[in-house]
Amino acid sequence: MDWLEDFPQMSRESLRALQKSIDLGYREFSRNYGEAIENFFDPLLQFLVGLEKLLLATPWPIVILLLAAIAWLGSRSLRVVAGVVICMLAIGFFGMWEDTMRTLSMITVCTLLSVALGLPLGILMARSDRARAVLTPVLDVMQTMPSFVYLIPVVMLLGIGKVPGALAVVIYAIAPMIRLTNLGIRQVDPAVLEAADAFGATAWQKLRQVQLPLALPSIFAGINQTIMMSLAMVVIASMIGVKGLGQPVLKAITNQYFAMGLFNGLAIVLLAIVFDRVSQHYGKRLQKYREETGQ
Amino acid sequence: MNTSKITIRGLYKIFGNNPHLALEHVRQGVDKDTLLKQHRHVLALDNINLDLQERNIEVIMGLSGSGKSTLIRHLNRLLEPTTGTIHVDGDDVTTMNTRQLRRLRQHKITMVFQKFALLPHRTVLENITFGLRLSRDTPTKDITQKAYYWLNRVDLKGVEHYYPAQLSGGMQQRVGLARALATDCDILLMDEAFSALDPLIRTDMQDMLLDLQSELHKTIVFITHDLDEALRLGDRIAILKDGALVQQGNAQDILLRPADDYVRRFVADVNRIKVLRVEALMQTNQDALATNTPDADSLTVTAGSDVQTLISRVLVSNPTSIWVVNDAGEKLGHISRKALAQTVVAEPLRATLQ
Ligand SMILES: Nc1ncnc2c1ncn2[C@@H]1O[C@H](COP(=O)(O)OP(=O)(O)O)[C@@H](O)[C@H]1O
Ligand SMILES: [Mg+2]
Repeated sequence: MDWLEDFPQMSRESLRALQKSIDLGYREFSRNYGEAIENFFDPLLQFLVGLEKLLLATPWPIVILLLAAIAWLGSRSLRVVAGVVICMLAIGFFGMWEDTMRTLSMITVCTLLSVALGLPLGILMARSDRARAVLTPVLDVMQTMPSFVYLIPVVMLLGIGKVPGALAVVIYAIAPMIRLTNLGIRQVDPAVLEAADAFGATAWQKLRQVQLPLALPSIFAGINQTIMMSLAMVVIASMIGVKGLGQPVLKAITNQYFAMGLFNGLAIVLLAIVFDRVSQHYGKRLQKYREETGQ
Repeated sequence: MNTSKITIRGLYKIFGNNPHLALEHVRQGVDKDTLLKQHRHVLALDNINLDLQERNIEVIMGLSGSGKSTLIRHLNRLLEPTTGTIHVDGDDVTTMNTRQLRRLRQHKITMVFQKFALLPHRTVLENITFGLRLSRDTPTKDITQKAYYWLNRVDLKGVEHYYPAQLSGGMQQRVGLARALATDCDILLMDEAFSALDPLIRTDMQDMLLDLQSELHKTIVFITHDLDEALRLGDRIAILKDGALVQQGNAQDILLRPADDYVRRFVADVNRIKVLRVEALMQTNQDALATNTPDADSLTVTAGSDVQTLISRVLVSNPTSIWVVNDAGEKLGHISRKALAQTVVAEPLRATLQ
């Protein structure tokens, strides 16, 4: 009755051999294709580096002014603008300006990337039940897999730095974008779609004029969640050399600097609030019809 | 005048996983209930043969679930038939490719929906121009002009920048009507278009439709489950039961010569005297015309007036006999008091008058 007390597991050697062969295979792959992949991601690197340099080189009052302007354009709310300015001033005052700019540029790029990839995937998932059947389990895995695990293959393939960091963040944060785009499109009133068909709309006209506009609340919830998840992942990505607010947090953990961790953590929270409020207000403004009709 | 605009032949629609196999069963005599219980398929349309005439309001009527919506959605092929043909102006809709079908929907057949189905994120004006913009055949300047024209025709002036949810149901459906009319299609499909509205608003909408039709002469396919609405609007009425066509005719035909018990029950509660016309009651045989001669106390009514008017006049003047005449005053026929009495009373009591 041995097998009842001890789980009948594969032998230690064969388990090791299996893991080793997976690792070897992957290493082989990355040795052969690593450079090609690196070249492929070069434009992304340029973008990441460029934006970070730009944000760091710009005098801080101009950056704050710019952020205030974006907040105003997005939200049309003076309260939100004031909140943004105060948050940024506080961050600067406590000596975290440079790290914040680095994180800001990282988040911006990752969010743009997630939206650019997630929106079409979400649309695909909404249009085809087969695509949904394939993507749903993939997304489930992506969202439940501990985020550290993403770092490993990315690092093996691309080493340490901005691009692997950005990729890890995007892989982690893109799921809600895809999911909520799909959901939003599938939730559009079938009666309205039927009307579009009855008036002779093409599939593209239906998507552009009916489905996407009506899915906007959901899509914006997706963008919002994606931003929040990127911010969370940025701390983890600092383990593979992404500079920014994550690194001091990491340092604080290893050295038990409580205050340092707290301050940088709070800076991330402030950034999150800024992004969240501006994107939520913008999303609401895009649906003027709901406000005016009290829906 | 009597040209068929839409011609439906041998149309079947079966919902389920394998409609063509189910169709074989139906052809071998399996009925709707058995098909549902044993084969898990819904026989929604059962061999429909129907002509819908140009410039008419053609009403399709039937209880809920009788297949009305399914039938009307075949006319612009929102649903694919299991088998059968549908010719619109001579072209078979069932064989059209995607492009031809889009042209059909943009330029020939348009639709008004029970739940309005307006675009909630667009203003009234943008909703009205929706169909026009899809086809890209109308210049923008004309589109706006047209939209304002139809906006005024359906009495919506002043709300053009509102969103649909800010309007009452009646107003929303007027937007729906304007959106359909703005496309200049000859054929208007209306699936229970007024059923979601309050009775008073509904009557207003019926008036508006009749008013527009007297000038536009579209071919209107109007679906309703309400006989009063059918009688009020329909030039002809087709009655569906369990997916099959049981009768098609004008109001007089349906009221006086119901094809079966289903139709008879349908018309039982109708206020017949408002709908029936005096010709329907008159006797025209020579005997009747010879034995009864008009005198000073007899009453003459013109053909085309309704029985309700006749009754009120009979009650006032208590004539010795009743005669129907044409516009020129020539005698067409005679109406007996018994025939009149039989019209007034409800069917179960009618036998007591025999
Ligand atoms: N998509 C569908 N799948 C299965 N059955 C359907 C579908 N659409 C309609 N039916 C069935 O077809 C019959 C006719 O429905 P419908 O045309 O909507 O009736 P009506 O408009 O007269 O109320 C009903 O029994 C309904 O349940
Ligand atoms: Mg229906």
